Amino acid sequence: MSEATLRIALVGNPNCGKTALFNQLTGARQKVANYAGVTVERKEGRFTAPSGRKIRLLDLPGAYSFESTSPDERITRDVLMGRYPGESVPDMIVCVADATNLRLHLRFVLEVQRLGRPMVLALNMMDAARRRGIHIDVAELERRLGIPVVQTVAVRRGGANALVELVDKGVPQHTAAPAPSTPSQDMHEEVRALLRAAVTMPHASDKLVDAIDRWTLHPVIGPIILAAVMFLVFQAVYSLGKPLTDAIGNGFDTLNATVGVWLPAGPLRGLICDGVLSGLGTVLGFLPEILVLFLFILLLEESGYLPRAAFLLDRLMVSVGLTGRSFIPLLSSFACAIPGIIGTRSITDPRDRWTTILVAPLMTCSARLPVYALLIGAFVPTIKVWGLFNLQGLTLFALYMLGIVGAMVVGWVCKRLGRDRSEHALLMELPAYRLPQARDIAIGLWERGTIFLRRLTGVILALTVVMWFISTFPSPPAGAVGPAIDYSFAGMLGRTLQHVFEPLGFNWQITLSLIPAFAARETAVATLATVYAVGNNADVGTLGHVLAGHFSLASALSLMVWFAFAPQCMSTLAVIRRETGSWRKVVLSFSYMFIVAYVLAFATYRLAGALL
Amino acid sequence: MMLSDLPIHAPAVVTHVDDLHASDTISQRLRDLGFVPGEPVRVVARAPWGGDPLLIQIGSTRFALRRAEAGRVAVDRESVHV
Repeated sequence: MSEATLRIALVGNPNCGKTALFNQLTGARQKVANYAGVTVERKEGRFTAPSGRKIRLLDLPGAYSFESTSPDERITRDVLMGRYPGESVPDMIVCVADATNLRLHLRFVLEVQRLGRPMVLALNMMDAARRRGIHIDVAELERRLGIPVVQTVAVRRGGANALVELVDKGVPQHTAAPAPSTPSQDMHEEVRALLRAAVTMPHASDKLVDAIDRWTLHPVIGPIILAAVMFLVFQAVYSLGKPLTDAIGNGFDTLNATVGVWLPAGPLRGLICDGVLSGLGTVLGFLPEILVLFLFILLLEESGYLPRAAFLLDRLMVSVGLTGRSFIPLLSSFACAIPGIIGTRSITDPRDRWTTILVAPLMTCSARLPVYALLIGAFVPTIKVWGLFNLQGLTLFALYMLGIVGAMVVGWVCKRLGRDRSEHALLMELPAYRLPQARDIAIGLWERGTIFLRRLTGVILALTVVMWFISTFPSPPAGAVGPAIDYSFAGMLGRTLQHVFEPLGFNWQITLSLIPAFAARETAVATLATVYAVGNNADVGTLGHVLAGHFSLASALSLMVWFAFAPQCMSTLAVIRRETGSWRKVVLSFSYMFIVAYVLAFATYRLAGALL
Repeated sequence: MMLSDLPIHAPAVVTHVDDLHASDTISQRLRDLGFVPGEPVRVVARAPWGGDPLLIQIGSTRFALRRAEAGRVAVDRESVHV
């Protein structure tokens, strides 16, 4: 690091807009949302101020106080105090405060000031403050605090110019003397004096927020709204995503047929048509469904509704050994368990956190969506139920519910087994509602779309080619009877492992597809497509039709249940290892999910076989 | 009177926060969040299924507190100045 680089840390209360400011300054695209605890790691970025001064900016997790209780707050405290390994004390602190919430946020500003480090105060969300008629006398605040104060609107282009100008002048000279920790009471007394002198606020709360909360937090109507919102999301995933998926599928079939005519028969045509186009095309088709799901998750995150949902569900979650705070990490696990598990850092209590990590993989992640959508499309008829919902959408909803109910049962069992009866706090802040920003939503969707495509062209492509290879070679001996694929490695491998999965109603093709699914679940779909494309030389139409012809509804249901619970995706297990620092917990996670998946898939297969 | 017993929307002020035991981190956190003597508070909403947790407005901030947490905060309805 060059000497000239100025190291600045962004700190402040949770949800005051530090990350939005960080993105605005560095051009980064770190995730922002409207709830406390979005940023749980320290993030680093760089930018060059107009004078040419190089600045290295640290974005730190929000904290209410240095009397830290959760792992993410501890990071912030350790960095500021120079105790974070490999990170020296920042040259300057930019303390960010939400201008609409100064009573709470100024207290932390005072606590940071007690460190005696050079600092400036950024009053963020000034647009919202003005809209609510809050007037802040910046000069007076500056005089009383003895540090420079600037106004920012992190979500608006150029909204941080004043801050850039200020830090460009270099480290401010006047700093408060380090003071021993002051009792809360005295610090609050100081905050009150500051507010009286520099801030006029017509109403303590936002009238609009009050009005919305009267409905969304109503003891009867609130839960109804919550259920309706969740239900609509899953219906929309199906009804908006499905037509697009079909269009992409048809496009690939046409492409496949065209390419098939142009290429000479032989291994190359096999690889391109049966392997890459059938396999990847099928997975790519599910991109619209995944994007619709993310659109809704992003809208919910940005609006500020999620902490309300956590409030409504807290009691229920406590009764199954979780906490309201688990709600947001668990909801993000519907996208992918990995950010969900990392997000549990905002849970203060170690036991609540561990239970949340344990059940997070049971939430239906978006990688399972292609598998579910394929099987539902192939086996569940499109019938209207009560003239309103379609049965396929309902099945998908039921599968999501299965994961949720499973998580509740596992949480409950953990609670029963746990000996610890100590008290756990909720203490969760509910932010003001905010209109989702089209730009943030677009960036969020773009990021998720590219992650999906990168997976598709990386791990999924590689596995698909391997699967094609082992399904094609070795070629059958001369004079062999029966399909060629029976003589391939894939045929042999599938048949060997089939003994383990036969009780669940899986044929060897399904069994084979479970192997690459361990690396990335979507590959199960690609593998089935490849294996059946190689196996059937005749043109067979879409994969859904092929599957419907090759195995029973009971097997399909059993496979869906298997996917709901199976310990899949190595990356998830690796993240559990990283976050808990314990191999024992990884083994525990893996084994309980394997047993539950196996037993329930078996039960489903037998039950469906007997009833249908 | 304790904050957990305060009727919904009734204005009150905090008188003190009880420590249930030595080094009660929950009480400490409550004080850090602004539950200090003289601060106006009110219960804004109660969750379904037994009214736990409570939604508390203090200053311009809203916190969801479980009953056990709100039960540490002593409040006074008399000394509210309108």
